Amino acid sequence: MSRQWNLRRMAALVRKESIQMLRDPSTILMAFVLPVVMVFLYAYAVSLDLNKVPIGVVLETDGAGGQALAAAFSGSRYFTVTPARDRREVEEAIIGGRLRGFVVIPHDLEQRIQAGGTEPLVQVVTDGTQPNTASFVANYAQNVVTQWQASRGLAVGAGIALEPRFWYNAELESRRFLLPGAIAIIMTMIGTLLTAMVVAREWERGTMEAVISTPVSVLEILLGKLLPYFGLAMAATTICTLLSIFVFGVPLRGSWLALFMLSSAFLVPALGQGLLISSVAKNQFIAAQLALFSGFLPAFLLSGFIFEISSMPLPIRLLTYLVPARYFVTTLQTVFLAGDVWRVFIPNTLAMLAIGTVFILIARSKTKKSLDT
Amino acid sequence: MASEVTALPSEAPAVEILGVTKRFGAVQALRGITARISPGRLTGLVGPDGAGKTTLMRLLAGLMAPTEGRILVGGRDTALETEEIHSLTGYMPQRFGLYEDLTVEDNLHLFAELRGLRTENYQEIFGRLLAFTRLGPFTDRLAGKLSGGMKQKLGLACALMARPKVLLLDEPSVGVDPVSRQDLWRMVHELTDEGMAVVWSTAYLDEAERCASVLLLNDGKIEYAGSPHDLTRALHDRSFRILHPAKDRRLVLSMALDLASVCDGVIQGSSVRVVLRKDADAGEVRDLAAGTGGTLEPVAPRFEDAFVDLLGGGPGGGSAIADRMPPAEVKEEITVECTGLTRRFGHFLATDRVSFEVRRGEIFGLLGPNGAGKSTTFKMLCGLLKPTSGQAHVMGLNLRTATSEAKNQLGYMAQKFSLYGLLSVRQNLEFSAGVYGLEGAVKRERIDEMVEAFQLQRYLDASPDQLPLGFRQRLALSCALMHRPPVLFLDEPTSGVDPLTRREFWSHINGLVRKGVTVLVTTHFMEEAEYCDRVALMYRAEVIALDTPDALKQSAMQDGGVEPTMEDAFIHLIERVDAELEAAGGPK
Repeated sequence: MSRQWNLRRMAALVRKESIQMLRDPSTILMAFVLPVVMVFLYAYAVSLDLNKVPIGVVLETDGAGGQALAAAFSGSRYFTVTPARDRREVEEAIIGGRLRGFVVIPHDLEQRIQAGGTEPLVQVVTDGTQPNTASFVANYAQNVVTQWQASRGLAVGAGIALEPRFWYNAELESRRFLLPGAIAIIMTMIGTLLTAMVVAREWERGTMEAVISTPVSVLEILLGKLLPYFGLAMAATTICTLLSIFVFGVPLRGSWLALFMLSSAFLVPALGQGLLISSVAKNQFIAAQLALFSGFLPAFLLSGFIFEISSMPLPIRLLTYLVPARYFVTTLQTVFLAGDVWRVFIPNTLAMLAIGTVFILIARSKTKKSLDT
Repeated sequence: MASEVTALPSEAPAVEILGVTKRFGAVQALRGITARISPGRLTGLVGPDGAGKTTLMRLLAGLMAPTEGRILVGGRDTALETEEIHSLTGYMPQRFGLYEDLTVEDNLHLFAELRGLRTENYQEIFGRLLAFTRLGPFTDRLAGKLSGGMKQKLGLACALMARPKVLLLDEPSVGVDPVSRQDLWRMVHELTDEGMAVVWSTAYLDEAERCASVLLLNDGKIEYAGSPHDLTRALHDRSFRILHPAKDRRLVLSMALDLASVCDGVIQGSSVRVVLRKDADAGEVRDLAAGTGGTLEPVAPRFEDAFVDLLGGGPGGGSAIADRMPPAEVKEEITVECTGLTRRFGHFLATDRVSFEVRRGEIFGLLGPNGAGKSTTFKMLCGLLKPTSGQAHVMGLNLRTATSEAKNQLGYMAQKFSLYGLLSVRQNLEFSAGVYGLEGAVKRERIDEMVEAFQLQRYLDASPDQLPLGFRQRLALSCALMHRPPVLFLDEPTSGVDPLTRREFWSHINGLVRKGVTVLVTTHFMEEAEYCDRVALMYRAEVIALDTPDALKQSAMQDGGVEPTMEDAFIHLIERVDAELEAAGGPK
């Protein structure tokens, strides 16, 4: 009988953990209810798309060109337009927050077009208190003007149609990349937070003391925790994916096989981190704090889930390479929106496994069958 | 149980502890301990909380390594051969180490697998353990839903799974009612008869007397090792009792403790028990007995007498704080009363129509096993919890309507002292003076008074957490007394406190009561009930008996035999209630 690893003892621990898991309402809540809530939250409440932004269009000219441009703004799906004749009419609305900006179509529009110089055609004023929306208004207003010009050019016979296209997420719906990212967050919660807490709970309740006074080995204790939570996290992933596909219409362009492979690879660092935390923190409160700070927050902020990594300053960008969720979010978005691109999957998978191996090795050496600290 | 346990040769000790020291940072938990534990015997590891009992248990179980020295269990070094140690020993940690969300059967199964028992033997082993612990009817119940006594038995069954040579039980009797404790003693004696070495750690000194041999641990050192009876025998003609003195027994106690020839004294019902110093003459106490209208009779020494004697005797009988306090001016004859006090938590009935009256200047004790409803009753009387139905009055003030006036009339010392660890001792005192509305000169005066009476000067800037336990207790008491309340509520005031500190504490309480303060106290130390004028015994949310300690003991007296202890009385009364319930159609 191997001292280090004995299948029966490990199976007994896995069985015990599974019974506990199924009986504990908080586990079920965290593994099944929370993911559903989060998926709905990211699908409906968190939206990075801006549609129907309220703006004012101040038409200072009566010329046909000005009318047509104003109509182009009104017809745009991005804006809800409040027409005005004088900019003073809309200034109040901006201060009151009812409008996010306004576009002034000047009285000399026709002359400016004729001149064809560098002079801008319209003036765009935006509400700088919300910078993202402000730049959105500026960009899309520019877009509307450019398209309008192009269409005029076509009417005159210039011959080129300008039509922007967005690949992989043609509708530019943020839920399409948020939902795959949410899976990474949920897996971090289960893998790191839940695992760290259930081990801490064993220390708190004194059951760990009883277990380590038996001939069981550290490896068996660790695996006894890892395997059930691995299963739980995979179940949660499946639920989230099914919800994303069938309820929210996010396409899964890659294969389930690739999805499960990537998820398994991500669980290695996620669970490893949970075990590592639990070897340091022996009460649930500290375990939860550590898991939130070292697992959940980086997964949320530094994985590219919400904030694009390429727009982060260099030191932070370097830091993201240490966050396993970064590799997972990238590959998840690929597998959902683009398909099985193994060229992307393989290096990311290797990175996740490497980080995970380091975590597990440290956890293995830090966890002792002893109460000495 | 079958006697397959092969006893080690009787001359070889089951455990050898050789010069063991254990440090945690700067704290020295064990200081150079050497001892032997024999097979086939029950060895008590006895000492107050913080003496190092749990540390020693964990060292024996191979869960920690000694800083210096070594320990051999069955000839194997606990630090080097942990694998073997874990097979040789069965260990039940405090709170039993059970998975509360697993059933009895699941728990047994888990530990059987972890201990590598053969599957084909499961039925036989489980059957034997379930019969032994009488848990047979409860195999499908979740461990968390078992009573304290049943949990303890299940913990024992799990620890016994692989027939260990050494069974280590860490405080197995905490949170367990006296009846179940009785059961556990029976089981442990069966095991030792088969040759197993059983180590039982406990803070209850009275449990030492039941052990074949004892390791008496205090402050990390072994004060005594050997038979408890040899130790108590040395005190043979030194224990006396002043029976029924005509004068206030609390005054008699304080006078006795101030005598040079007396090393220890406690109140026992209406009598006072004293222990003489080594080679001291009984003349002084005889004179005291005669002078106070009582009679002196020699009594059998107890283990606790010996313990206090070993530590050089208890404190004197005076109370500096009680001496300073003016007599409490209380007009009411009944200071605390409750009628039909009932409290439900969801479906759980915590107290069921509890009614009693406490008279001015009385010490009133609430006794009962954990979960009987003592603390809930207490919290309702202090206005910390609203009763579901029923009334409670303190100093004639209704706690429902005049909560804050009533609270001003009472001092409350919560379990574990509840001091602010982040404030200094001085700030703690200032805070409690402040919350009771003391200001300016009065506030300064009272704080100075407390500091002087309790000798807190040198700790004023320290955090309460750094204080020795005795001083922490003094500080908690001074915080509760700051506004000179006529009624004092003490919730488990002496749990986790060594016998000497406990005696000092009771000197203060006795002094306060003599000034007319009314004291309500909960305790799980049975012998402390003896300090009370009257005791209410709570069991399953109800008061099942209310009388003087002497009368309660009398009720348990059987065929004029030996005088029963408070614990015997307790067991007797609980068994009677259980029998009545059984007759009425089984327990709820």
